[in-house]
Amino acid sequence: MLIQSSGIGKGARMYSQGLIGASHEETETPEFLKAFQRRIDAEEKIEPNDPMPEAYRKTLIRQIGQHAHSEIVGMLPEGNWLTRAPSLKRKAILLSKVQDEGGHGLYLYAAAETLGVSREEMTEQLLAGRAKFSSIFNYPTLSWADIGAIGWLVDGAAIMNQIPLCRCSYGPYARAMIRICKEESFHQRQGYEIMLTLCRGTAAQKAMAQDALDRLWWPSLMMFGPHDSDSAHGEQSMKWKIKRFTNDELRQKFVDATVPQAEFLGLTVPDPELRWNEATGHYEFGAPDWDEFWRVVKGGGPMTRDRVAARRKAWEEGAWVREAALAHAAKRKARDAAAKTAAE
Amino acid sequence: MSNETPLWEVFIRPRNGLAHRHCGSVHAADATLALQAARDVYTRRGEGFSVWVVPSAAITASDPVSKSEMFEPAETKIYRHPTFYDIPDEVGHM
Ligand SMILES: [Fe+2]
Ligand SMILES: [Fe+2]
Repeated sequence: MLIQSSGIGKGARMYSQGLIGASHEETETPEFLKAFQRRIDAEEKIEPNDPMPEAYRKTLIRQIGQHAHSEIVGMLPEGNWLTRAPSLKRKAILLSKVQDEGGHGLYLYAAAETLGVSREEMTEQLLAGRAKFSSIFNYPTLSWADIGAIGWLVDGAAIMNQIPLCRCSYGPYARAMIRICKEESFHQRQGYEIMLTLCRGTAAQKAMAQDALDRLWWPSLMMFGPHDSDSAHGEQSMKWKIKRFTNDELRQKFVDATVPQAEFLGLTVPDPELRWNEATGHYEFGAPDWDEFWRVVKGGGPMTRDRVAARRKAWEEGAWVREAALAHAAKRKARDAAAKTAAE
Repeated sequence: MSNETPLWEVFIRPRNGLAHRHCGSVHAADATLALQAARDVYTRRGEGFSVWVVPSAAITASDPVSKSEMFEPAETKIYRHPTFYDIPDEVGHM
């Protein structure tokens, strides 16, 4: 059976893979759920129009949407330094990085759209302040060293999170993550290089680098989300192979990878409890301020209002461009149709 | 919704000699803008030098739910594969 990709299916929502949304109403009998889990356990990828439990679809829409918003909002703290980068080279690099983050947002929005949510709906949620984005982007970028620390720590944490997502059970998300991971390495390396340059510079420059690490270390650890025991969706997401590692496992990996890098810079990680455990082969570290984490996640971060306001301003000020482009396309279409009729 | 910007599927040829491959999608008002968006989103590092954009609505896709009826005929015809045939080793490579 072939499906003509217009006008069939509930809501006739286009999937970006070019498929039409077959009915979302799957009867979720125990057999259906079991068969789905068997596919997951066999490491089969789930593709847009495959039957899937509604909760699987919803979890992915939420997670991919939040991820996309984070990429887009993440352009703002770095964009803040574009005009003040210390050299033309650094400016060109930062511009490329910010452009990449925009691209990441677009790959991810497209992946979410394959699940039946529209770009407009997701944008609306973000602008209305109803959508979440990564807690880290609720903090300000106060100095140039913050741009180094963001590349090194924030993109570093993002890489830890994203590499296992390349094996996510949902095909479009996994494919978007593969593209993104290929681009992230540049982000982390350019950030570390900024830190290295500052640390090899004057005492004031090194102090600036230490200050950035002091402010961004804990928010970077919070990027992995709450403690496993407080993670609402963790267990089911692991079972569905949307996630491959728990929040705490990823946080540990990040600390293990990052502490030696800080030592190489000659910087001090602002955690008095940090120590190497010879027996486990891992670092032991203190707990982030979870009260602060929840405050930020619930919209009380120092920059939360500014971030959403900046996105709203960009959206509203770009409205005339979107409208003009659509009007122009409609006019061209009408003119072509008229010319065709005249020729017949 | 009429004010939704249309969706386009993007296909990129990584280099001459290879086929165009689906790599993602973009929203754009018309084909020209879709090509420019596809260039910016999918070829920032020389991933390709030829881009196709196709309105998503113009694609006809097979239904994954009727996958079995659609592809079952091929699955049972194992004699379409060369390994189905026993040729003595003495005959040599064939
Ligand atoms: Fe990114
Ligand atoms: Fe990045």
